[in-house]
Amino acid sequence: MSDDLILRVVGKFLIPLVVVFALYVQFHGEYGPGGGFQAGVILGAALILYRLLFGDAAARAAVSPRWLRLQAASGVLLYGGTGIAGILLEGQFLEYNVLLSDPINGQHLGIILIELGVLLTVSASITLLAYTFSADADDSPNEESVDVDDASVDPLLRSDQSTRKEH
Amino acid sequence: MISEVIDVALLAMLWIIALQVVFTRSELTAIMVFGAFSLVCAGLFLAMGAADVAFTEAAVGAGVSTLLMLSALRRCGNDRCPSSRRGILDGRALALTSVTGAALIWGTRDLPGVGLANNPVHLHVAPRYLQASFDEIGIPNVVTSVLASYRGFDTFGEVVVVFTAGLGVWLILGSGKRNDGKADDHE
Repeated sequence: MSDDLILRVVGKFLIPLVVVFALYVQFHGEYGPGGGFQAGVILGAALILYRLLFGDAAARAAVSPRWLRLQAASGVLLYGGTGIAGILLEGQFLEYNVLLSDPINGQHLGIILIELGVLLTVSASITLLAYTFSADADDSPNEESVDVDDASVDPLLRSDQSTRKEH
Repeated sequence: MISEVIDVALLAMLWIIALQVVFTRSELTAIMVFGAFSLVCAGLFLAMGAADVAFTEAAVGAGVSTLLMLSALRRCGNDRCPSSRRGILDGRALALTSVTGAALIWGTRDLPGVGLANNPVHLHVAPRYLQASFDEIGIPNVVTSVLASYRGFDTFGEVVVVFTAGLGVWLILGSGKRNDGKADDHE
């Protein structure tokens, strides 16, 4: 798939727009449809699309699996931490009213924080799923799927070379 | 009137797409048609006024799950012949699905009409959310108020579920020597 010129050109144009749209959905979720979950899924889809079009090595150079695992965990921690902050400020778990002196502002702050946590966890988990599912996938399975051994030994190096060759 | 026409058109498209999914031989085609199925479902949700649900269905069903299945297909190779070669119309399966479908349709006779104001679901906590949420939370989108504040604990559970799913898949499939070694080489 990664050697398709049309897909690559269109993808290069579309993926930044998809990322910006994900951020719009994230920050506009209080006023229109959307929120952290949808934004996270859209952001994850952009990263998966990038990986499908430009290959595993390019995707890992952009967003490494180690970073994705950190991001997924930090989202849950941010969400839970917002809840714990409510307890520490003499409220209940996930009670946002006590976060700031004005309850309405506290609600806004709490919702923005937990939606950010949702975004981080969902986008990272979904991208990590795609990374893991196709960790061994060859970039051009049609011609070269015969020598399975070679591909399984060093899929990244191969995909790297085949990517370079075309330019 | 116009909303009935839209509903019938969307349901007819859904029916055609479902048949296409059943009868196609190619896994790649089945995945793409499944994406179309989700998109039409999202249209149905939007026709019912559930914009947030439609958004989620379009993003998750038509977007990410299609991409994930494409990734899985690329790993498996799409020249394998699926099991559908052995007789598409299995009599027992046809009978089972027909009976189940008929029972489900029969069961819908007990459901209240769609969108009626005095349905049980609209008489519980929904009126309070609709009337009080703007004063209590200060956010125009009631769905976000319910998800993030009133039901924040449930949403926390959902986030933990998503995290656990990602973690589980990574631990089972991806925690091997090769991935991590490569990731570190490239960093």
